Amino acid sequence: MEAVLFFLAAIGALGGAIGVVAMRNPFYSVLALIVHLFSLAVLFLLLSSAFVAAAQVVVYAGAVMVLYVFVVAYVGGGEESAWEPIPGQQFLAPLLGVALFIELSVAVLASSLIALGQKGPDVKAGFGDPAGIGHLLLEKFLLPFEASSILLLLAAVGAIVLASRRSEVAVESAPGAASAGTPREREPAEAAPGAPTGAPAR
Amino acid sequence: MNIEWYVVLSSLLFAVGAVGILIRRSPVVILLCLELMLNAGNLALVAFSRMVGNQQGQVFAVVVMVVAACEVVVGLGLIVAIFRRKLPLDVDELRELRG
Repeated sequence: MEAVLFFLAAIGALGGAIGVVAMRNPFYSVLALIVHLFSLAVLFLLLSSAFVAAAQVVVYAGAVMVLYVFVVAYVGGGEESAWEPIPGQQFLAPLLGVALFIELSVAVLASSLIALGQKGPDVKAGFGDPAGIGHLLLEKFLLPFEASSILLLLAAVGAIVLASRRSEVAVESAPGAASAGTPREREPAEAAPGAPTGAPAR
Repeated sequence: MNIEWYVVLSSLLFAVGAVGILIRRSPVVILLCLELMLNAGNLALVAFSRMVGNQQGQVFAVVVMVVAACEVVVGLGLIVAIFRRKLPLDVDELRELRG
């Protein structure tokens, strides 16, 4: 039963990954990645790590993929040009990928780790549940936990700065409006024609 | 299933993601392939955590998820900024920084 589930999830994960690479339309690539993520969540459950599987489904397949779908719908698909700056790149890259896979597999399987060929030790029922992960995060790994929260905050601020329309307006009008005061002062006048509803940061 | 199956699958997924980064040109798809590689690393982390019988590898996997979410947010912000400036969404045409 476990082997059947493993192979089904492995086929789903591998098919999703190949779909991401092979699909011409980025929207289908995003959908293939969702299949891949759900299959990986099944694999995490088979490895008795329930919290990571739940976080995978909620955070990745939920939130992050919604972000991807919005951005793909915004920028549109668009055909990739056939121009190749490096001749033969389309043939050399898969060869390199096969070489990378063989090298990684050899590095892992030839490492003489005896525990690799086993199913792992028997663990108690609460292995990988939210309580255990939470204890580890808030006791042993408190500093990485806080650092990752700061990283999330920085990423959110950075995304707002990068994607806001105001920076573009400021750059375009910089030569002419250099003496028009600080950006904060001339913001209402420039936001009025572009955004009649007055939505912030759009 | 033995742990080595999971690790070999993880290296296969990593190789697929690397090939995708090498052959695709759209920045959105390159970000998706980056996700593939990060998830392959996550699978290896969780598999080794099960092999040792210790939950610390799963904490690593959660932190990797946080880093991946940050990378996605900043990367998609960059893509939106590129699109707003009417530049081509093609990594071979955005090559001014290549020197």
